[in-house]
Amino acid sequence: MLNYLWAGMILVGIFYGFLTGNIENVSNVILESAKEAINLCITMLGVMGVWVGLMKIAENAGMIRYLTRVLMPFAKFMFPRIEKDSKAMEYMCTNMAANLFGLGWAATPAGLKAMEELSKLRQDLVGSEETSKIASNEMCIFLIINISSLQLIPVNIIAYRSQYNSVNPSGIIMPALIATFVSTLVAVIFCKIMDRKGIV
Amino acid sequence: MHILVMVSNMVIPAVVFSIVLMGILDKQDVYSDFIKGAQEGFQTVRKIMPTLVGLMMGVGILRASGFLDMLAELVTPLVVRIGFPAELLTLAIVKLFSSSAATGVVLDIFKEYGPDSYIGMIASIMMSCTETIFYTMSVYFLAAKVTKTRWTLIGALLSTLAGVAASVLVVNFF
Repeated sequence: MLNYLWAGMILVGIFYGFLTGNIENVSNVILESAKEAINLCITMLGVMGVWVGLMKIAENAGMIRYLTRVLMPFAKFMFPRIEKDSKAMEYMCTNMAANLFGLGWAATPAGLKAMEELSKLRQDLVGSEETSKIASNEMCIFLIINISSLQLIPVNIIAYRSQYNSVNPSGIIMPALIATFVSTLVAVIFCKIMDRKGIV
Repeated sequence: MHILVMVSNMVIPAVVFSIVLMGILDKQDVYSDFIKGAQEGFQTVRKIMPTLVGLMMGVGILRASGFLDMLAELVTPLVVRIGFPAELLTLAIVKLFSSSAATGVVLDIFKEYGPDSYIGMIASIMMSCTETIFYTMSVYFLAAKVTKTRWTLIGALLSTLAGVAASVLVVNFF
């Protein structure tokens, strides 16, 4: 995906710049942007160092385990047909908990495990190869909730904002939370409607 | 926006306070945990560094050539009626496919308009409340060996649309 996207940006950009007489700007920007990217990374080093450091403390103090328990009622509401102490439920809650704190490296493995578990449950239920290639309601719900993005603190964006001299880089936390809440709420409502329509 | 910004300023100190407190109460070696984590954080940045160089160059070329402005002008009639800045349409679309490419676009917006501008604020919020739909779907469904994804895409798109609309509204109303 990114292969063609990136090549497209470069080829179209240079060609278009040549046509419109902006080729001098294009020439300057090629090396300028590299310098800028590295400057940005220096800011990022500080922010990510602090954030991931804090998250390590939280992880070792059992925060994800604790949050997983906190999220259980929500998970039971979203996945009424999945057993409460099943592996699938545990992985899904861990994935959501890790996503809340922007811990992508902890979220993805748990998320993939959750999908595998959901797939096993489906195979036990339907048994046939053919049907197990069709997503279950739970898979759809889990992914939609996951994609609706539950992040509490958008650390990366805050870092980028501070690099570009924002007066208040973290000022977006609350507005972003509201927007995230709206997108997740819409996701929940949509999933509940579709789930009622029936199971395949 | 003022109250929201004020509350926002409390969030990070509150989170830092509770994490350190939680660690100490749990009798953890919080300092060495922090150092270990910081090390991992550096690794993460080191890993995204080449990506950022590549993508900022790509978006930079598109911007300098005037192509992005042309694109924005092209889509303006489509979105101006609902009060959505044309520059952000590019961002919303790119974000569906690739998070890092979207980062390139956001940084370009910050550079052009500033992170605290109207467009800069919406872009910041949009980035925080949307997810790369196609990437996430393909990776997750691959793990479950599923090929028919039923209503996942439409639900994800709907939720993303709601997030984008909410980003614009929240900046307009506060």
